[in-house]
Amino acid sequence: MSWEPRPTPEITPETKRYWSAAADETLLVRECGDCGLVHHYPRAYCPDCFSDDVNWREATGTGTVYSYSVTRTMSGWPDDDLPLIVAYVELDDGPRMLTNLDCDPEALDIGTRVEVRFVSLESADAAIPVFVPLEE
Amino acid sequence: MATQSPVYIAGAYEHPTREAPEKSTMQLHAEVARGALEDANLEKDSIDAYFTAGMPEYESGLTPLIMADYLGLDVSYADTTDFGGSSYISHVGHAVAAIRNGTCDVALITLAGRPRSRGQATGSGAREIRTTQDSFERIYGATNIGMYGMAAQRHMHEYGTTPEQLAEIRVAASHHAQFNEHAMYQDPVTVDDVVSSRVVADPLHLLDCCVISDGGGALLVVSEDVRSRLEHECVEVLGHGESIGHHQAGRIDLTRTAARESGSRAFDEAGLDPTDVDYASIYDSFTITVLEAIEDLGFCAKGDGGSFVEGGALKAPNGELPFNTDGGGLCSNHPANRGGMTKVIEAVRQLRGDANDEVQVDADIALAHGTGGSIGTRHGAATVVLGGEDR
Ligand SMILES: [Zn+2]
Repeated sequence: MSWEPRPTPEITPETKRYWSAAADETLLVRECGDCGLVHHYPRAYCPDCFSDDVNWREATGTGTVYSYSVTRTMSGWPDDDLPLIVAYVELDDGPRMLTNLDCDPEALDIGTRVEVRFVSLESADAAIPVFVPLEE
Repeated sequence: MATQSPVYIAGAYEHPTREAPEKSTMQLHAEVARGALEDANLEKDSIDAYFTAGMPEYESGLTPLIMADYLGLDVSYADTTDFGGSSYISHVGHAVAAIRNGTCDVALITLAGRPRSRGQATGSGAREIRTTQDSFERIYGATNIGMYGMAAQRHMHEYGTTPEQLAEIRVAASHHAQFNEHAMYQDPVTVDDVVSSRVVADPLHLLDCCVISDGGGALLVVSEDVRSRLEHECVEVLGHGESIGHHQAGRIDLTRTAARESGSRAFDEAGLDPTDVDYASIYDSFTITVLEAIEDLGFCAKGDGGSFVEGGALKAPNGELPFNTDGGGLCSNHPANRGGMTKVIEAVRQLRGDANDEVQVDADIALAHGTGGSIGTRHGAATVVLGGEDR
């Protein structure tokens, strides 16, 4: 599975570590050294207490589907990627993360346990985290 | 509040067009501005404040400069607050504050856009990566309807809301649209029509989505002094509130919107509560947008929106909460993909007795509410409570 020609992330100094870790098949979250909040998407400041003592931490890579929607048609999107499942996964580390689920929509419900997979990018030192149902 | 001078909406105008391939967006702004001036019986030279949000096709926050230049306005105050579709409701509140502050007397608010002529389709995906958030959202194909679909999915999961209940919202809007000669879709639809239309993004169907139309609208908000020189019926702005809903640092709740805050602020300022509202204009980008706003504004308890809208509660003139009597964004008009302007305009019509006869409500108090951006990521909420002068 190749990501392009889908849109790819803009890699900035603030997010470079996240994307390069993903290229090594590791999902990172940020944890506040002051208040303990684990947040996503990654920011240089804690969005709760405004501390800049926010550290990268490896996520468990597992979570639960909080909600999802199956898009059947989308202009400008590769046909191979339809239907597209957009979802919020509530990571076991805490935050709800917007992502795609790579599975049969019929195999899916709110509350389904999922784990991360990575789709590598040819154009950059990055990979895209997506989720698949956890094999019991 | 009793200690504050009253401020009025003296003019309101909705462009009759729904498709304007031969016109520029700036021309539409000018046409709606002229329409509002004629409605208010005011001269262009009286305008001393100007409000508009960004112009999507120019992706520019310089819109007030571009438009003041084009329109030839000489203003002492300008505001380009961009809350997406709720912007224009926010502008009403900001204009009231500026007028009460003595900064201006006649505030013009305009909206115009041509997404239909530019070929936008329902479910289009924004692909450009500009902000940090885009790199974590748009790469996943997070379309507007997909995000609202997720909100609907979660609402159904938590509260047992059904597709048929969401469809009731479209059914009521289409009932009103049949009396609006300018509405894009004038044929009444049934619950079955809605739930058997094509699914665009689960669980939302094509008929759960608003129209894509060209057009625009304008409002004139004026001081008590200016109002005293006018002879026609005006509408008093009794309360305003706004808020921004967002990811909450990773704790996003797709079943609730910032209408809870914007609504309670607007009601507090007006000294009123939801039971006082005779008519409500509620932004209807999708049916779920209305359902969540009804709950968050306090017209029913959280989670009860589905049962509330069943049985015709939203139908004018006799429903419990007649809403969007012009047909709303779902059936009539959604210029520039921003529904806040037309929401205020229909509320003004209702309070002045200018709504279409079949849907005219005996309304003393009206509410207009907007949800701009996406409840799936971040959104602006703006609410105004308006009063008729004979109330
Ligand atoms: Zn913190």
